[in-house]
Amino acid sequence: MKSSRKLIDENGLRVDGRRWDELRPVKMEVGLLANANGSSYIQQGKNKIMVAVYGPKEAHPKHLGNPDRAIIRCRFHMAPFSTEERKSPAPSRREVELSKIIREALEPAVFSEYYPRSMIDVFIEVLESDGGSRCAGTMAASLALADAGIPLRDLVAACAVGKVEGQIVLDLNDVEDKEGEADMPVAVIPALGRISLLQMDGQFTEEEFAEALELAQKGCRSLYEIQKQALKQRYLPEKEALEAEEKGGK
Amino acid sequence: MAVLVEKRQLVTPGEPLAEGDFIAGENSYQSEGKIYSQKLGLAEIDGKKISVVPLKGPYMPAVGDLVVGQVVDVSMGGWHVDINAPYTAILPISEVKGKPFGPRLEALTRIFGIGEILVSKVIAFDRTRDPVITIQGPGLGKVRDGVVVGLTPTKVPRLIGRKGSMISMIKRESGCEIVVGQNGRIYISGRNPEKVELVIRAVRMVEEQAHTTGLTDRIKAFLEAGKEVKTDEKQP
Repeated sequence: MKSSRKLIDENGLRVDGRRWDELRPVKMEVGLLANANGSSYIQQGKNKIMVAVYGPKEAHPKHLGNPDRAIIRCRFHMAPFSTEERKSPAPSRREVELSKIIREALEPAVFSEYYPRSMIDVFIEVLESDGGSRCAGTMAASLALADAGIPLRDLVAACAVGKVEGQIVLDLNDVEDKEGEADMPVAVIPALGRISLLQMDGQFTEEEFAEALELAQKGCRSLYEIQKQALKQRYLPEKEALEAEEKGGK
Repeated sequence: MAVLVEKRQLVTPGEPLAEGDFIAGENSYQSEGKIYSQKLGLAEIDGKKISVVPLKGPYMPAVGDLVVGQVVDVSMGGWHVDINAPYTAILPISEVKGKPFGPRLEALTRIFGIGEILVSKVIAFDRTRDPVITIQGPGLGKVRDGVVVGLTPTKVPRLIGRKGSMISMIKRESGCEIVVGQNGRIYISGRNPEKVELVIRAVRMVEEQAHTTGLTDRIKAFLEAGKEVKTDEKQP
């Protein structure tokens, strides 16, 4: 699609004032919902996504259960008020696809063989949407799984790269996603050194693809650090405060 | 060959714990010569064994575990009991009544109805089949009064304490009857409702501060303070 306005200005800044290799500001939190076994919240750009994890629990209906591993069910859903125009709450084609690819991005990271015949439910609820909601959703989902205490090989970090006015850029926002020339979401599992999600919309040359993939992995590494920090943040302040108090007391 | 974390350091899933000739203990795994954590928890180093004490997690039944469960269904051969695990436990009628038995002789619901709380023990479990529990044994069976509160199953050892130091202290200070199920369900019963309330708040404290040191002393201080507050209230 030909863009109607300039997506990169003469100073090399993008529509939201970022450089080509800069991420949007991101905020992650875990353990906000009392009723879910694990939960998380992510804000990335305008994205606001809440994730709840239930399980492992008995597979219902029973025939869905797998005798050698837990099954993971994933629902990616966008609230009717999450977009500029009201979105029907019924699952759209896109949401069904994202549910499937996020599930497949998470599956290799989960030790599902520890809980045969059981089921893990992941609910990803988009409250406000921006570009890269599948990546944000994947990251938040892996945080919620970790918060639930489900054994994981690693967290899953995800980030999109794309091409805007011939320039490879990191972490596309909504406008760049819609009007840019290419969009490629990537999810990585750092400890395994594996990519568990790779999609591409638009066109890259072979050299551009290699460069974009390298950039996406760099973005994922920074986001991974933020994920780890978000998990630790849940327990660290309390631990440190009490330990300091004890040392002072003794 | 090196340990990459300190003892009791907070670690996240996928965080490398050690490199080289080590053994992966609980909640950790080995991959390409490195030991990684599987959960958010505190690292434990015991010689060559590296493990993680998780902060939160599901309960996995084990034979011999004391569990507090709730009857969710009654079938021909026994009861289905929710024990806060990924699997519903089965309490066969043979574990409750001696022979002869059967649905033709007695309605099972007359023995235990849906919703009833049972203190029981796991007698068989191997992941391929649902756990089997029994109520035969000292201290086991249906409970008649009291309350059941939840605690993250991974924090149950913290509530019990080393050789039961924490739980026996709470029992002593409160005078309540307390049954700590390994599945993170705690049954509390006592004559004085205020004491029961105090125990519930002590359990909440363990839940919130399980990963900190010196907890037993703090709980003890809390229970003693609770006692004093009550005597003060009675004076005027």
